[in-house]
Parts: sequence; C-alpha cells; structure tokens
Amino acid sequence: MADATLFRTCPDTGLPVHLPAERLIKANAVAGVLALALGGFQGLLVALTRWPDVSLLPADWFYLILTGHGLNVLLFWIIFFEIAILYFASAILLRSRLWAPKLGWVGFGLMVVGALMANYAVFQGDSSVMFTSYVPMRAHPLFYLGIILFAVGALIGCAVFFGTLVVAKDEKTYEGSIPLVTFGALTAAIIAVFTIASGAIILIPTLMWSLGLIGDIDPILYKVIWWAMGHSSQQINVAAHVAVWYCIAAMLLGAKPLSEKVSRMAFLLYILFLQLASAHHLLVEPGISSNWKIFNTSYALYLAVVGSMIHGLSVPGAIEAAQRRRGFTRGAFEWLRKAPWGNPAFAGMFTSLVYFGFLGGISGVVMGAEQLNLIMHNTIYVPGHFHATVVAGTTLAFMAITYLVVPLIWRREIMFPGLARWQPYIFGLGAAGISVFMMGAGTLGVSRRHWDINFTDAALSFSYPDTAFLMMALNGLSGVLAAVGGLMFIVIVVSSILFGKKRGADAAQTNPIIGVGGGEAVASYGGEGTLKLPGTMILVGIFFIAFFLYYWVNWKYLSEVWPLS
Amino acid sequence: MAIFPPEQRIWWKEPLHGFELVWIGVCLVWAIVMFGTMIVWHIIGEQNLSNRAYRIDPDVFAARTEAMVTEYTVREEGDTGIPVVHPPAGSDIYLQASLWQWYPILELEKDKEYHLHLSSIDWQHGFSLQPTNINVQVHPGYELVMTLKPNRAGEFGVVCNEFCGIGHHQMLGRIYVVE
Repeated sequence: MADATLFRTCPDTGLPVHLPAERLIKANAVAGVLALALGGFQGLLVALTRWPDVSLLPADWFYLILTGHGLNVLLFWIIFFEIAILYFASAILLRSRLWAPKLGWVGFGLMVVGALMANYAVFQGDSSVMFTSYVPMRAHPLFYLGIILFAVGALIGCAVFFGTLVVAKDEKTYEGSIPLVTFGALTAAIIAVFTIASGAIILIPTLMWSLGLIGDIDPILYKVIWWAMGHSSQQINVAAHVAVWYCIAAMLLGAKPLSEKVSRMAFLLYILFLQLASAHHLLVEPGISSNWKIFNTSYALYLAVVGSMIHGLSVPGAIEAAQRRRGFTRGAFEWLRKAPWGNPAFAGMFTSLVYFGFLGGISGVVMGAEQLNLIMHNTIYVPGHFHATVVAGTTLAFMAITYLVVPLIWRREIMFPGLARWQPYIFGLGAAGISVFMMGAGTLGVSRRHWDINFTDAALSFSYPDTAFLMMALNGLSGVLAAVGGLMFIVIVVSSILFGKKRGADAAQTNPIIGVGGGEAVASYGGEGTLKLPGTMILVGIFFIAFFLYYWVNWKYLSEVWPLS
Repeated sequence: MAIFPPEQRIWWKEPLHGFELVWIGVCLVWAIVMFGTMIVWHIIGEQNLSNRAYRIDPDVFAARTEAMVTEYTVREEGDTGIPVVHPPAGSDIYLQASLWQWYPILELEKDKEYHLHLSSIDWQHGFSLQPTNINVQVHPGYELVMTLKPNRAGEFGVVCNEFCGIGHHQMLGRIYVVE
C-alpha cells in the first residue's frame, strides 16, 4: 500500500500528490525544456541559413546543425515532456503512487545519456546524416547508440506508466473508468511501445552495420521500418497534445467532453490505424505498389484522420458547452470572446488547436494522398507541414500546460505575467509563419534540407521563381519571431522555477488556477435539454470548407504537371 | 471533467450530442471520398507514379546509361563536358544519380513519350524536376521505370532533394524539352 508520508495534498486541486512522482515529473520536464532551448536555437540558425539573403552558416555546419535540430526538438524535447505527462496523467490524476520510481530514474538516466551521446556524435562532425539517417549514408556508431539508449529509457518510462495504472486499479485509488486525459495518455503510451519497437528493429541492425558487423541494409526496407518509428512517434505527439487540450480545457474552464464514448473512440482509432503511417513517406519510392500505398497512406480509409476531426469538434465543443453553462450565451461566439485569452495556458491551448487543425492537419492529409505527394515529396512543403503539427501544435500545447505545471507542481507563481500573456501568441505566430511560408515555397518546388537554392557552386544553373525567395525570407523572419517567443518561454519558465514567488496554501483562493466546473451533462436522453453549440458548428464548418477547397486545388496543380505513368 | 473519471460509470451508454453524430457522418463520407479519389485518379488521371521497378546492380545501370550516351550524344553542355543526349521519341532513356551529379543531360521532344529509367549508383537521391514540380525518390540498387510526356518546351532543372552529403546542394541536372 501507499506510504502516506510520501504524499502531499495539492491546495489547488485537493489531489494527493505522490512526491517521488512529482520529482520525476520535474526532472523530465526540465530535461525537455533544456533540449528545447538547444534545439530551438539550432532551429533559428537553420532558418537564418535558409534565408537566402542572410545565409548564415557554411554548408558543413548547416547540415550538422540541421541534424542536431531534428534530434533535439523532434525527439528529445517532445519525448522528455511526454514522459512527464505520462507520470502526471497516471500518478497524479489517478491519486495513486507511482509504480517503481527507481525504475523511472533508470529510464530517465538512459534518456539523458542517450541524448548527450547523440548530440556528441553530431557535434563531432561525422554524423551529419539528418534526423532520418537514411542508409547507405553512414553516421558514427554513437549516433545510433545514443538514439537506441534514449528509446530504451523512454520505453522504461512507458512501463512505469503502465505499472502505475495497474497499481491505481489494484489499490482502488479511483472509481469507475480512468479519466479521459489519462485515456489519451494511455493511447500515447501504447503507440510509443509500437514506435520504439520499430525503432529498435531497424536501428540495432544499423548500429551493427555502422560498426562493420553487417554487410549492408536495404535502403527501402530501412525506410519502411524507420518510418514506422518516425511517423508513429508523431502520433504519440498527437495523442499526447490532444490529451493536453482536454486537460487544460478541464482545468481552466471545467470543460467536460461532449461524449466520453466519442472522444475515447477517437483515441482508439489512433491506436488501430497509425501503424500504417509509415506509408506517408514512401509514396514516391520505387518497388512499392500503388495498392499498398493507397490503403496504408489513408490509414485504412482515413479512419485515424476521422479520429482527429472528431477531437477537432469535441475540444472546442466541450469549451463552448462549459462556457454556455457559465452564462456566456449571447450570439454564436460570446463564449469564445469571453474565454480567458489573457491566460497563457488557455491562449496556447486554443491557438495550438487552431494551427494544428487548419495548417497541420489539412496539409498532412493533402500531402499524404498518393499522387499529390508527387508534387510535394521532399520539397520544403514537408517541413512546412510538420512544423504546423509539431511546433504550432504539440510544442505550443506543451508550453501552454507548463503554465499550469509550474504553479501546481513546483508551487511557484509564474514570473513576468505580462510577458507570459504574450508568449503563446508570439511563438504561435512565428511557428504558423514558418509553416505557411515553407509550404508556400514547397509548392514552388524549393527543396528541403538544402544549403543553397541559388546553386552557386553547381556546374549547371537553375533559378527558382522570385516568389520562392520571398517565401524563404519570410520563413526566416518567422523563425526569428518563433525564436523570440521560445526565448520568452525559457526565460519565464526557468526564472519562475528558480526565483518565482512560492505559492502559499491560500493561493488557491487569492489567485486560483483551477477554474470552476461547468460539468453537467451536455446531452440527455430524448434530446431535451441538450445544449446547442452554434459557435462550434460554425468553426468546424469553416474548417471543413477550407479542407475541401485546399484538397481539390492541389489536384488541380497536379493535373498541370507532365503526364507520367 | 476530463481530468476526473467519467461521472456516469456506464459512460458508453450516454446519449450522443446530435451535432457530434452529424459531424462523424460528414467525416466518414469525406474519408471515403478522399480514399476513392486516389483510386479514380489511377483511372482518369494523367499523373500516376509507375509501379514498374526492378532490382539492379549499380554497375549494370551505369553501363546502360553509358551505352545510351555513346549512341545519342548530340553535343556537350558549354564547357562543363557533360554530354547532352537526344534519344529518339518513345525510347528507353536513363538518368543516373551519383554523388553529386545527374548524368547525362537529356534532350526530349515536347508531347512525345519516353520511358525514363531512374537509379542511383551510390546513395539515395531525390529527383526533383523543376519548375514543373515532379518529385521522385531514387534508390541505389532499384531501378524505377516511368513513362513521361513533357507537356511544355523549355529548360528544366533536376534538383536533388534527398540530402546526400556535403555536396548535396551542388547536385543539379538539366532536361531540355524542344518542340
């Protein structure tokens, strides 16, 4: 049984907080933020190098920094933070003790060692192989070993999470089913196990190959399995940040899902279909049939996409319902206008939802259509898409919840509240700009991972249209804006943790974090008393029209290129 | 609230919000439309990537490319020494990717069909034909054969858009399309 001396009671939520769990949450979140600081700075250098008039770094440094950027933000920042979310969603939300905290520290240690090792390999200069490390391009063995160790550590973190679910069930720390947020975290953890297993299947042989123990690795086989890690890991992010959306909406506004069953079904669709995701990266590879590509790239008839579209209704719908219960019932949008836009947690959460849906979601589905991929594959459209999902979506959502984690877990007040108020908007606008302008340049054919689109040192010459150069300049400017927003975040969070005013026991009354609940049923039998949600209807209507139009416009673009069969 | 266990223990029997049900219906229909579009485009569309691919030894591919170059070279490109090859319409043509060159320069005729063989003799590369914007992955050991029909005359760049080491940004080829 749980030892009561290892718990404190949270004055804000009344939840019992398991102190060993709290320490692990802090450690993982701090490691994540450090990786974000390093990787984000590398991102700024990349953006400034790809700004044709600035062209900051020399070629070798550009490819080196770009490799490090991918590792530090896409892998290390996000997964460290996700492990923190897993511990929070299990031990804290289920009022339980964390299972085997020592094992959690072993996992954390492996992740730190792995992240340092991979960074060391990259900075040595002989591992500039990009995040994807496609064979037969070869990195230093420490590069692969570092990623493998990091992945094993993350797998241990998932095991601690699963163990905690068992402990909580066993010790009856909660009644009924696990909360929706925990369910979302469970989805992320299940996907993570599949993801990490795929990574091990391909990276362990690749490590042996880099040591000269294995002859060679088939480049297409490598990609099929590598992307079962590479793309599925992005589905971990989606599951995790959707859980964060629900969590913030619940904490600040008392929002309750419109329907538990629909929201949980939508998470389940992710688990069932995401293992097909590797196909998105293989649509223009030789030797893979169109039948395979079409079925897999659609996640079996786009059912995982349907999952995301359901959350796209359910999250704003839950917020609208909660706000209407509170009396913001005038017109279609009073609930939205009177939302706490000055609270960075809400602002970050809602803008993340909008950017993820409109920019990341739509572009991802369009790019993932078999034939449309011909006009986008490996152009800078691709990083445009995933900066919308991972930066404007996941990272912004994680930043938003940090504004709740610091007062609740660290028991410190957020410093520089004026700065914090603007931070999600500045960072979000920068990230959205990066996405939009890279997608624009990609539509004009600009290549990704390319040091010089002027081709100054090439034997032949070619010029992209002037608009493409303008887009790359605007991308650079947006990168600067996002870096400013990122720096604000780091300064606010680090100084709040170190020097923030201690949050006293009475702070729950004087400066509340948790909003009042609006949690009555939204729908009832027979439809009487079922709340109308006109604002959300209009929002998803606009979303659908944007999706519909953009999808067909791209088929029009495709129909104009050289016929090929 | 989403951070607490569902208020109704039997949550899977809660009624659905009517609008939620409508939206799920819309999403499912749209999903099927998008799925069907890819299949329909294979029937009515003119831009589909070929499913013809073979395993090939890089030396064999290089030899076939060289044979085409020997037979159909019409001139050299400026002072670069790169051969410009004008193969007959309807024939099999070869484009070889290597660190860091596309070889040779092809000269094609507008609105004529060609069977383009694409492969790499070392690492992975990316065939990015600009400004028409066709992007295809190129692997060592695999030969993709696709039928192309240039629909516009002019000078086209072949950019490498798969990172292939320090000379990646110098890897630029060319295809001429003549009337």
